[in-house]
Amino acid sequence: MAAERIYIFKRFERFWHWSQALLIMFMMLTGFEVHGLYSIFGFKAASELHTIAAWTLVSLWVFAIFWHVTTGEWRQYIPTLEKVDAMMKFYLTGIFTDAPHPFKQTTVRKHNPLQRLAYLFVLLLINPLIWTTGWFYLFYSSWEDWGIAGFLSLEWVAFFHVAAAFMMLIFFIAHIYLATAGHTVTSHIKAMITGWEEVED
Amino acid sequence: MSFINKTGWSMAMLFAVSLGFSGLMQTTEVQAAADAADDATAKAKSKSTADHSKFKELDVNFKSGPEVTKACIGCHTEAAKQLHTTKHWKWDYINPDTNQHLGKNNVINNFCTSVPSNYKFCTACHIGYGWEDDKFDFTAEEKVDCVVCHDTTGKYKKLPGLAGHPNYETIEWPPHSGKFRPPTDLKTIAQNVGKTSRATCGACHFRGGGGDAVKHGDLDTSLTNPKKHLDVHMDAEGLNFSCSKCHTADAHEVAGSRYQPTAKEDKGRLIPGSLDERNTATCVACHDNAPHKGSLSKMNEHTDKLACQVCHIPAYARGNQFTKMTWDWSTGGKVDEQGQPIKIKGSDGKVKYDSKKGDFTHDRYVVPEYQWFNGEVKWTLVDDTFDPDQILKINSFTGSADDGKSRVWPTKVFRGKQMYDKVNNKLVVTSLSDDPDSALWKNFDHKKAVEYGMKYVGKEFSGEVGFIETEMSWPITHMVAPKDDAVDCHQCHKENGRLAGIDGLYIPGANNTPLMDKLGLAIAFLTLIGVLFHGALRYIMHKRGG
Ligand code: HEM
Repeated sequence: MAAERIYIFKRFERFWHWSQALLIMFMMLTGFEVHGLYSIFGFKAASELHTIAAWTLVSLWVFAIFWHVTTGEWRQYIPTLEKVDAMMKFYLTGIFTDAPHPFKQTTVRKHNPLQRLAYLFVLLLINPLIWTTGWFYLFYSSWEDWGIAGFLSLEWVAFFHVAAAFMMLIFFIAHIYLATAGHTVTSHIKAMITGWEEVED
Repeated sequence: MSFINKTGWSMAMLFAVSLGFSGLMQTTEVQAAADAADDATAKAKSKSTADHSKFKELDVNFKSGPEVTKACIGCHTEAAKQLHTTKHWKWDYINPDTNQHLGKNNVINNFCTSVPSNYKFCTACHIGYGWEDDKFDFTAEEKVDCVVCHDTTGKYKKLPGLAGHPNYETIEWPPHSGKFRPPTDLKTIAQNVGKTSRATCGACHFRGGGGDAVKHGDLDTSLTNPKKHLDVHMDAEGLNFSCSKCHTADAHEVAGSRYQPTAKEDKGRLIPGSLDERNTATCVACHDNAPHKGSLSKMNEHTDKLACQVCHIPAYARGNQFTKMTWDWSTGGKVDEQGQPIKIKGSDGKVKYDSKKGDFTHDRYVVPEYQWFNGEVKWTLVDDTFDPDQILKINSFTGSADDGKSRVWPTKVFRGKQMYDKVNNKLVVTSLSDDPDSALWKNFDHKKAVEYGMKYVGKEFSGEVGFIETEMSWPITHMVAPKDDAVDCHQCHKENGRLAGIDGLYIPGANNTPLMDKLGLAIAFLTLIGVLFHGALRYIMHKRGG
């Protein structure tokens, strides 16, 4: 099986991906400790680390959004239903019989249709939810000044923040696995490190 | 000046250290050396422009307290009049918010229960002389006791039973102890008057409830000369605050009130000179609501719901002394084989049974009970009826998560069982000490004692005494720990933490969303199983196919 190498992930994208991955893992680790699921750092440290990581993540996102907008790369996330069924079929059967991957990555179409949907879910639901609730959480003391204290309760803010955190956890597990479901087990992962993806020609 | 002080101090210390550096020195010697040094500094430190020992008006062999007072008000012409308007003098107070008629002379508590008919005994802690019955003249200026608050010698002592007087003759004290107190040296005391101190305020307030540490839990004689770990502000070798540093006095009316406490303030610091008539005796008055800086600023987000004291007073009775926790009057009156009243001590060394009073329990380093509090205290007074099948809250702290005026406060809840009128379902005034024929502590007859007490205050009594279970709440606000000893985050931010069960608080880490946690973890787990299964299948099929 001949393989072709194409350059898919640019330097910033790779940096963004891995630093975000680390941060999100760390935020899950500290966040769920704050939530009381276990004790590693101790509540105080977990809460402080989570807050530091939150600010870091927020700044990273600011850069990432700027990058996506200026480079037009945001289009990568526009959803499409085209070939979704083919992808589903591939993950359910073809992948076991080494059938050819129904999606061909190119520099302008990096994500397969299922990936697009998944990332859109992350971008449009999980992230905004985590971000807004996290933001309100951070600025709890200012609710009074902002005149929103009457509408918000920490209980609900935290509820949605935790709900989003669980969604993130579930996405994270599936995401790691699907990262092994490329042309070869490691091709996606290598691509995210080097930028170059092996694709079937 | 301060150089001399310091030298004096170091000399004393050097002396003390040389006496027994290797631990040979007895604690009493250390204490004596420290006290001597203290005395020296206290004298030298006084910044007063008047040295009372130089006044000929005070160079008199006073025969009684009122004579001293006459000398005082000879110069301090308005002092007694000022005191006449205070709670300290009147023991009578109407709460303008609730219109309840309060004050020591009116409320009933679950310690010694009631003042009327027991004046000679109780008024050892009144700032007056001679309040021995209900005919006391509250307009008499010479009956104001100046020196009980302004003594600096530590030698002035008003004794229970003397209606607010110190002893003028030699007296056996404590009674039947075989020890004798010489007559009070009023001249020396008068010549050494000065500012109030922890010792003078503490003479009564550390001994509320009839003895050291009994009542409040956060006030006892360990605060007379506390170390920093016991109280950061009163730390004798540090900030060395006197009570009046916070409880400032204006024309002798002292700030701070247990009848009308300040539970929550939305204002910032109280600026000296401000015309704002705020209570000065609050944390916020000096520290405002956002006192934590830098990496601690998250703590500021707690101040809307939690009183500062919640975190900064990790326990009460932290001075190693035992405070009284419960008092059951109903078991009083037991006698030994000779028919004599008895006292039994518990393993903690505290009296746990006393024929006069019943059963007690004591404790120290006690974790407070927490409750919402907006500063309004509702009392069950002697005219109020109640349901005897329920625990009676003699005072209840009003407040809730959503009234906007409350914060969660640490409290000592004192539990008791005491006399009440079984037919009318009302609290009662009980004769305990003064009247020889009815006093409970002499006759051990509850009915007789209540009969006399109720008659004394002109209230109806059915003739049947019952015992009602009661609770009283005391806000915990003294014994403020250094910041390193403040309550650790984890003590509340966990399941069943300190604040568990207080409604209207969201505490991260306290198992708030058990259902979602189960669901979230289950789905995450299933996802994990799913992908592992998928991967295994891929691997096997690949091997076969390959
Ligand atoms: C992958 C991203 C994130 C995850 C998995 C996550 C998870 C969590 C979890 C589980 C909690 C505990 C909530 C509770 O029990 O009440 C928490 C708390 C919190 N999160 Fe996040 N979070 C994330 C991102 C963020 C972001 C972006 C922000 C801010 C913009 C933020 C701000 C906070 C704050 C302020 C708290 C409260 C911490 C405390 O009480 O000390 N989080 N987070």
